Amino acid sequence: MATHTQNPAPRHTEEQGRPARRQKPVDAVPLWLKAVGVLVAIYLILPTLVVIPMSFSAGATFQFPPQEWSLRWYESFFTDERWLRALSNSLKVAVSVMVVATLVGTAAALGLSKSRGRWAEAVRSFLMLPLVAPGIVIAVVVYIAYLNWQMVGSFWGYLLIHTAMALPFVLVSVTASLSGFDANLLRAASSLGANPLRAFWRVQLPLILPGVLSGAVFAFVTSLDEVVVALFIRSPLFETLPVRMFNSVTIEIDPTVAAASSILVVLATLFILTPQLFRLVRRKK
Amino acid sequence: MSTATHTPQASSIQTEGTHISLHGVTKDYGLERPAVADVDLEIEGGEFVSFLGPSGSGKTTTLNMIAGLETVTRGTVSLDGVDVSHLPAYKRNLGMLFQNYALFPHMTVAQNVAYPLRERKVGRAEIKERVAAVLELVQLTGREAALPRQLSGGQQQRVALARSIVFNPRALLLDEPLGALDKNLRAALQLELRRIHREVGSTFVFVTHDQEEAMTLSDRIVLFREGGVEQVGTPEDLYQRPNTLFAARFLGDSNTFRVVPGADGVSYGDVSWAAVPDTVAPGVAGSQAAYVVVRPEHMELAQDGPVPTGAPSTRVRIQDVEFVGSFLRVVARSTDRDELITAKLSPGSATPEVGTEVDLWWRPESQRIVVP
Repeated sequence: MATHTQNPAPRHTEEQGRPARRQKPVDAVPLWLKAVGVLVAIYLILPTLVVIPMSFSAGATFQFPPQEWSLRWYESFFTDERWLRALSNSLKVAVSVMVVATLVGTAAALGLSKSRGRWAEAVRSFLMLPLVAPGIVIAVVVYIAYLNWQMVGSFWGYLLIHTAMALPFVLVSVTASLSGFDANLLRAASSLGANPLRAFWRVQLPLILPGVLSGAVFAFVTSLDEVVVALFIRSPLFETLPVRMFNSVTIEIDPTVAAASSILVVLATLFILTPQLFRLVRRKK
Repeated sequence: MSTATHTPQASSIQTEGTHISLHGVTKDYGLERPAVADVDLEIEGGEFVSFLGPSGSGKTTTLNMIAGLETVTRGTVSLDGVDVSHLPAYKRNLGMLFQNYALFPHMTVAQNVAYPLRERKVGRAEIKERVAAVLELVQLTGREAALPRQLSGGQQQRVALARSIVFNPRALLLDEPLGALDKNLRAALQLELRRIHREVGSTFVFVTHDQEEAMTLSDRIVLFREGGVEQVGTPEDLYQRPNTLFAARFLGDSNTFRVVPGADGVSYGDVSWAAVPDTVAPGVAGSQAAYVVVRPEHMELAQDGPVPTGAPSTRVRIQDVEFVGSFLRVVARSTDRDELITAKLSPGSATPEVGTEVDLWWRPESQRIVVP
């Protein structure tokens, strides 16, 4: 024991070149921190723990805990055309937003990582705006604009504003993965005969893929969950699942909303977990 | 089916070296002085040339301009007489080795080495064969499936080397490839580079700031200073016949005396030293000041007798004497100029006493008179 603590081995030149050995052992998380973590997690998922059992209730009104179990609210959800259309609208918008926001956001992150100076910083801040602007402000402004452009209650209207709102998430996560990317690899690829497009495709993209994927997931979930702007720009012809749920709660008090919530929660959770699962499988390989 | 089993051989990756020439090559970033200014250089096919110089002297920038990773502001880069100044790197077909290896971390050793071949649409079977051959050349057979991070620094650099020669590049450009390795590994890889250079026969351009490395490896050294070429020559040329004080001091140890050039010699204070014609660097004749350079191993100690007639000398007080095995290192201070002088004496010579005053002398033909 004593000899172990004697030499905190100063880094000398003979160490140079070898990949720096990580000497710091990973500190064990203290118990109190774990406890706090668990408490916060419980606090965050508590509503879900109420809603999901409630959706399996057999009662005609909201019941918790349910006295009898049934799938009637799921049946009601999957047989009611309005709910199904809302779900399909939500998925259509969310998937489209995911694709567009990921493409645009990744391109923006790549471009901005190569540019320096005030101009680039201004563009970056501008793209981040939807993250800091209050949802209600965005909603009112977009509503007025869409009224003029006759885009209220249209797929393209949802796509446009949800993409803008999802962009910051893609930008941030791709920028983070780019900061760990060694630009020398692109020079190496070039010296080995790869044109810039091929070098991006074969070298840079695979290495920043985790950042791109998690950006995509956040874009999808951002759109799927979004309710404030969606409420403003909805129309009876086109409404998304959160809007339908809001109406269902405020106007009809229909327990189907519990089933709908559960479906939404499961969808979002699956999507967030996908990259993690992906990483887990990869590590096992 | 086929009866002919193919044994991978080094010969399958042999090339004739490419002639590289630079004319008035300049890189100007718009700073106070250009990073590289008006470099003219001819590198013969198959030659091993080192770009040597302190950091910021323009050697890496020049290499990058040959590689096409840096644009030229003015001047032309030609490969075998064809101007490639405005060709992007990926069309120049030059191999490049980087100091930090620049291996693709998401690809295995085999995939890394196969990369340039896949970019060139080489067939699957041929890729396999050439990858095997080149991995044998760098002695990494059996590590095909490893990821770069599972290899040591030396192994990683050998993978990078394999990757940069597997596509028979017209020349190999090496940007301080051994800089990140420890001393023993460096020596081993230096030998290996020499061997691979012989076996592949391609032109090698090697950037380093380590004069010893440049001396042991290269056929010729290009010495860089502040964005320009200071002197070009074989290692022996540069060591024995430096043209400037900078060259004399950068390669090896040297004692330097500031002198005033005269008609048939130089004067050092009120003594005159004869100048043997061969030892005078170009440019000294018209120069106001010059330096006499004497290597420590050419210094002799006049202990048992007077300084031989005609031999230049200087009076010193001995400060320190070290026995270094193959020679005696004597550190002394000249009595009149207060300059530090070192001499390497053969081990047989009598050990001088520290604190005594003696004369150090040298043969006029072993000195070199250079411009500042």
